[in-house]
Amino acid sequence: MGGLKEVRERITSVSSTRQITSAMKMVSAAKLRRAQDAVTRMRPYASKLKEILENVSSTVDASDGGVYASEREVKTVLIVAVSSNRGLCGGFNANVSKAILKAIDEDFAGKDIKVLAIGKKSAEFLTRRGLEVIETHNDVFDALNFEVIAPIAEGIMKGFVDGTYDRVEIFYNEFINAASQTTVREQFLPVAPPQHSSDSKRTTDYIFEPSKTEIVLDLIPRSLKTQLYKSVLDSLASEHGARMTAMHKATDNATEMLKQLKLTYNKARQASITNEILEIVGGAAALEG
Amino acid sequence: MKVEIVTPDVKVFEGQARHVQLPGAKGLFGVLENHASIISTLIAGKVKVEAADGDLHIFNITGGVVEVNSNKVIVLAEKVL
Repeated sequence: MGGLKEVRERITSVSSTRQITSAMKMVSAAKLRRAQDAVTRMRPYASKLKEILENVSSTVDASDGGVYASEREVKTVLIVAVSSNRGLCGGFNANVSKAILKAIDEDFAGKDIKVLAIGKKSAEFLTRRGLEVIETHNDVFDALNFEVIAPIAEGIMKGFVDGTYDRVEIFYNEFINAASQTTVREQFLPVAPPQHSSDSKRTTDYIFEPSKTEIVLDLIPRSLKTQLYKSVLDSLASEHGARMTAMHKATDNATEMLKQLKLTYNKARQASITNEILEIVGGAAALEG
Repeated sequence: MKVEIVTPDVKVFEGQARHVQLPGAKGLFGVLENHASIISTLIAGKVKVEAADGDLHIFNITGGVVEVNSNKVIVLAEKVL
């Protein structure tokens, strides 16, 4: 029974895999905390901006969204796919890509589809599916901050204004908590008219400078940039969360496997010892006889 | 009055202040205690905050928006240099 050696080798290999997955889990946990902090840090800015925008537009004509709000016949759709550069994070990247394919099937059949990918994984997947990926931003995750994302958002807005795209949608994983993410689809352009908060009765009597319309026009690009930034931050936090969960499960599985292998190994070892004893006893008995 | 200066990445300043000077779209303007409620866009320039303890803090912003309401000044700046 040559099983012993093979089992020993498998034990070594599984336990080193287990070491790697558990290290990756630790790393993701640390990165997750940082990504979560970034989400928390941008929240005051985003919520205040939204509040001001709602406040201002509650009294201004809702149709007054300017060039970014113009609804027109949709010929070209730009899909912004936010994924990650690395795998080993469960269904994280596949979910984004699947949601995109579904949306194309259901809503954009026959339209000209272009893809702007943030993160390598969905870019690779969608290219294989024959979609035209016009831009890929893989390096934003190296040092993620607002200034890295703002130019991308500006580029998209410019493309919308000059008619290159008629509709822009973002697909990303929204961060709920470390263990769960949901893939969401958000309309980016044209901007949906800001929701008038229902409790607009409490509105203070503000002085507006220069004028409400101009403030709205100034704020919309800012809020668009913030929206994209939020998606990327959420996606990054989700990625680490997803990887942490995936690696946790992998570590658990490896532990379970090690247990089984050790059992097999010990059984084989005992069997071989028993055999040896039997042989010795048999040999001794033959000599005496 | 309370002053906050926030960017998408970080809260740059938070504290009590006596006076804030802002680069409004229609020109520089100052905010003192009990200023009327105002929302104004800001252009690139300096935000000067005279803190309650007399310290002067200066921030170079690239533009943004400010809301003043019931003695609370919130400056949303896209970037602080």
